[in-house]
Amino acid sequence: MKAARAALGLVSLFAATWAVAQGTLETRRSGYQDMGAALRQMQDDDTANPGMLFVQLGAAAWDKPAGASGKSCADCHGAASGMKGVAARYPAIPPGADKPVDLGGRINLCRTGRQQAEPWPAEHRDLLALEALVALQSRGEPIAPPADPRLAPFRERGAEIYRRRQGQLNLSCAICHDDNAGKQLAGVVIPQAHPTGYPIYRLEWQALGSLQRRLRNCLVGVRADAWPLDAMEYVELETYLMDRARGMKIESPAVRP
Amino acid sequence: MANVLINVPKTARRGEVIEIKAMILHPMETGFRPGTNGRIIPRNIIERFTATWNGTEVFSMAMSPAIAANPFVSFFAVARDSGTIALRWTGDEGFAVEERVAITVG
Repeated sequence: MKAARAALGLVSLFAATWAVAQGTLETRRSGYQDMGAALRQMQDDDTANPGMLFVQLGAAAWDKPAGASGKSCADCHGAASGMKGVAARYPAIPPGADKPVDLGGRINLCRTGRQQAEPWPAEHRDLLALEALVALQSRGEPIAPPADPRLAPFRERGAEIYRRRQGQLNLSCAICHDDNAGKQLAGVVIPQAHPTGYPIYRLEWQALGSLQRRLRNCLVGVRADAWPLDAMEYVELETYLMDRARGMKIESPAVRP
Repeated sequence: MANVLINVPKTARRGEVIEIKAMILHPMETGFRPGTNGRIIPRNIIERFTATWNGTEVFSMAMSPAIAANPFVSFFAVARDSGTIALRWTGDEGFAVEERVAITVG
């Protein structure tokens, strides 16, 4: 009898830990929840969120023909509202390719392949503006990485990078964003690093920027050499981070301090 | 292309105090920062913002290099007559943008 009760206790204990592991007790927090009321209000008001200025730029670029094909995004995709859910599933492996690209990379593939135009360099304003326009369509959608088994090795490499100590400060992403998230680093709360709102309008940048730019900031922060702009490491890390944030709601274009 | 976000109520009661919010895409380059080549990037800021209601000035401000990029301005005005609110930004390098919004006061 005693043994049976003990076993039952163990089972319920396992059930509880399993529930936590499954995220039924949500412990993940978007950076939004760690911001002050003023910044949250700024993000929520579409006439006060500076990211919306870039969405307007993106809407203009969406309809503008580019490259030798003379085609615009709208010529193939129709209205931008048709892109709902797209930003929630990138990075993904495009047809005919063998490695994942992020949303910006996908836009550049369209640009070189379909529009036959020059690709935009990293952090180009028009590229970010189109990303913001596309990501806005997924606002409120849960992050849903594709079930493509070919993504697994990239995700695992991303996870490995996330836990690898780097730079002169010898810190990994996990040391700050898993072990010490919610505590303070100087004056700011360390967020859990869920990429829910990219591209973000960061007040420190006074501009819209990509997740890649944010990752470069962290790399410089731990005094590591940032990878080159076209490095696969960024996409691998993003693949892992999007899986880690699976189910959380997209809030692009987000505002962050 | 002027890229502006304006938030003005479409209608207001006579005598009501309304909030007018406006944001514009602008680098607000201070003129104090060196570029990647080591040379100072020339100053490029918005110097003045004015709002007129049916031609009468209801708000104006001078801007300085200390104001961040994409400046957001919010101010209040008393609604007296239906008509047009014109918002105007002028600054360095011949920058001049005017946006108009209609408001019905009843």
